[in-house]
Amino acid sequence: MTQIPSSRHSAFQVVTGLFSVPKAMRIGVGPTIAAVILVAIVLAAVLAPYYVPYNPLEMNAMARLKPPSDDFLLGTDPYGRDIFSRVVTGGRVSLLIGVGAAVVSVAVGLLIGLVAGYFRLADSIIMRIMDSLMAIPAILLAIALVALNGPSVTSVIIAITVPEVPRVVRLVRSVVLTAREEPYVEAAIALGSSMPKVLLQHLMPNTFAPLIVQGTYICASAILIEAILSFLGAGVSTEIPTWGNIMAEGRSYFQIKPGLIFWPGLMLSLCILAINLLGDTARDILDPRMKKREV
Amino acid sequence: MEFKSKDFTDAKRVLKIRGLTVGLAGRPKADPVLRGIDLDIRAGETHCLVGESGSGKSVTSLTAMGLLPKDALEIQGGSIDLEGIEITQAKPAQMRALRARRIAMIFQEPMTALNPVLRVGEQIEEVLNMHSDLSRAEAKARTIDMMEQVHLPDVERIYAAFPHQLSGGQRQRIMIAMALILDPDLLIADEPTTALDVTTQLQILKLISEMQERHGTAVLFITHDMGVVAEIADTVSVMQKGRIVESAPIRQLLTAPKEDYTRKLLQAVPNLDPRAPRAPAEARDVITVDGLEMTYGGGGFFRASQGVRAAQEVNFTIQPGRTLGIVGESGSGKSTVARAIMRLIDPTAGKVTVAGTEIAQLSRRQLQPHRKHFQIVFQDPYRSLNPRWTVARSLCEGPINFGTSRADAMEHAAELMELVDLPRDALDRYPHQFSGGQRQRIAIARAVAMKPDLLVADEAVSALDVSVQAQVLDLLDDVQEKFGIAMLFITHDLRVAAQICDEVLVMQKGVVVEHGLAGEVLAAPRHDYTRNLIEAAPGRHWDFANFRALDRTPPVTGATL
Repeated sequence: MTQIPSSRHSAFQVVTGLFSVPKAMRIGVGPTIAAVILVAIVLAAVLAPYYVPYNPLEMNAMARLKPPSDDFLLGTDPYGRDIFSRVVTGGRVSLLIGVGAAVVSVAVGLLIGLVAGYFRLADSIIMRIMDSLMAIPAILLAIALVALNGPSVTSVIIAITVPEVPRVVRLVRSVVLTAREEPYVEAAIALGSSMPKVLLQHLMPNTFAPLIVQGTYICASAILIEAILSFLGAGVSTEIPTWGNIMAEGRSYFQIKPGLIFWPGLMLSLCILAINLLGDTARDILDPRMKKREV
Repeated sequence: MEFKSKDFTDAKRVLKIRGLTVGLAGRPKADPVLRGIDLDIRAGETHCLVGESGSGKSVTSLTAMGLLPKDALEIQGGSIDLEGIEITQAKPAQMRALRARRIAMIFQEPMTALNPVLRVGEQIEEVLNMHSDLSRAEAKARTIDMMEQVHLPDVERIYAAFPHQLSGGQRQRIMIAMALILDPDLLIADEPTTALDVTTQLQILKLISEMQERHGTAVLFITHDMGVVAEIADTVSVMQKGRIVESAPIRQLLTAPKEDYTRKLLQAVPNLDPRAPRAPAEARDVITVDGLEMTYGGGGFFRASQGVRAAQEVNFTIQPGRTLGIVGESGSGKSTVARAIMRLIDPTAGKVTVAGTEIAQLSRRQLQPHRKHFQIVFQDPYRSLNPRWTVARSLCEGPINFGTSRADAMEHAAELMELVDLPRDALDRYPHQFSGGQRQRIAIARAVAMKPDLLVADEAVSALDVSVQAQVLDLLDDVQEKFGIAMLFITHDLRVAAQICDEVLVMQKGVVVEHGLAGEVLAAPRHDYTRNLIEAAPGRHWDFANFRALDRTPPVTGATL
């Protein structure tokens, strides 16, 4: 009775443990490549100011629309700005908006979702409000906000966050609704744990896994929406290079200089693809159903 | 007690398993799951395979059906001979033809074994369509005939019903009809009555033996319930850790078991002979329940509805150190009473006084300081501890809520671990590192940590194997004696109730039908429903622990099912 197995391994863990497969192999080749690409893009963007050869804002009338060369890696745009410097720098704002929108949506959604899942009365009211928020299209809201407050990163993040929050709320609420029926939650109530304690210590941790997955999807979609908004001219101020802005400016010179659209477009696609792939991987690892199958 | 005693030596051998070894797929060196199983079943024989969870009973049956999960388990040796056909070498196509025609299976949970979106009649008919050349009309006629054979009422209506519209017993009858419609030689029944109430269980057991007699089917019956074994078995094999430790005719096994393990297993089976009630204490009642009522739903916004009266007019008191059992079948309202007393749900009417305080009408906030007086242990040990918390954190949660310092709580937690016979150093481990029985001990320790006056045990031993069940019941007894806790014990199992309760309260459909000392209620039931319950308890005339018939059989007269 008193002997306790030190740890229980599933057959899967035992098998993989046997051959000591490198970690990268265990999550698969695709996700590994995605992780490498994403890390590269993030590093390139974050460290951009320290290594870019030219100031991405500096115009040079002598070097307009130059082809790729040793001086200009990817050539220059109609104002003589270095395309390479602009594309890597542009990633900074795009990624900032992606991560910012994901973090804000998840944080706000988690808070509201916990309340909606735990309190019956609040639930019906909150969920109706959420339903109506979901009906607001991100792009129209962004155009309205930019019209009111002028273009800024904050406006774009708010515009993306508003329609995303209800999705997060629904997710958190459904997890809380299932988890609160668990006997260990009822036991905690019986042990006299206060409502915030039950909510934060017993229920909230159950939402983390699905939130990580949801967060990656929001991040990817935010980056895309930001690009669309900038392309439409409703995003961040045109002076700041973002992938969307660069593409929008390149529109008119597309035929003589395809690189203006190709390079930021490539970065954008790779980035979103990598994030979504990693989100899928995270879902497969964290999904309770997958877990059950392993055990 | 009457056992089956037919001699099968001349009967045709249907299934012959020799030296069957099953192990983890792709790992020939790992410990096998089955280690050299030998088994014989003859036509018309019921062979029971008993053992605790993890002993390999179900793997044996799945191997015989050719249904081993491909990526996880594989046959590593031995032979399975089904009337001259070697199953271990059979191709999937061959195996498909064998299933249904020669060998069929019924499962524990008929709800998940039936397709929820197809009418049950069509599901039975599908078996005929796949395995025979009958015309549509013939197939339907055959299906209807089979449904009549399994005693389904109103066959035409049930033919067109979906699984969710039927009761558990009816669904199991459909499964049996489906399994037997092609008249197989061997029926494998994997815990077919475990999910059913005792009265339904009795009917299904009767049905299986009736069908067996009519068709001469051999039955391999897998169960953990010794009572069921005593009722239906011709021969029994006892399994432990992938081996068959003992195989014998039923009477021989129950009267003179040869192996130590069989003895241990039988001795752990509680008998229906009620314990002597402990002397009522002088102290005042720990809990007084007065007119407790719980109605779900009802009073709709647009039209007033009746609601479901899950419990009504429940009255009882418990004194310190005594145990009151609430028994009844599923839906009787016994768990509703437990949850209402714990204020996990808010009772619609009535008074509950615990340790001198009326708690039924307090608000959640007002209730908080009184929570420490009453604690609960749940049924499912796998879900009643937070999987993300260490045992220490779970044990300290309650005391810290009531102002104990973390250091004191930790010290107390270590003492509690010793009390429930677990090592102190297990405090830093997580629930998944413990077995079901150990988790239940931790859950008990967590409840006892609050030094409660009342402990509610809601089916607290129902999910455990008999030997573990006996240990946990002993622990509850110990704890009760040491701290003089009053206990409310909710169970569907009359044997367990007989062992632990001083008083018993029988509930049916939300109403208390009988209430009295355990000895009186179980030995001389006054209400028909109680009589039916006792009558339906399998193996009730046998004292398993002492390998003989019970001296004092509860006199049951006039009960009809």
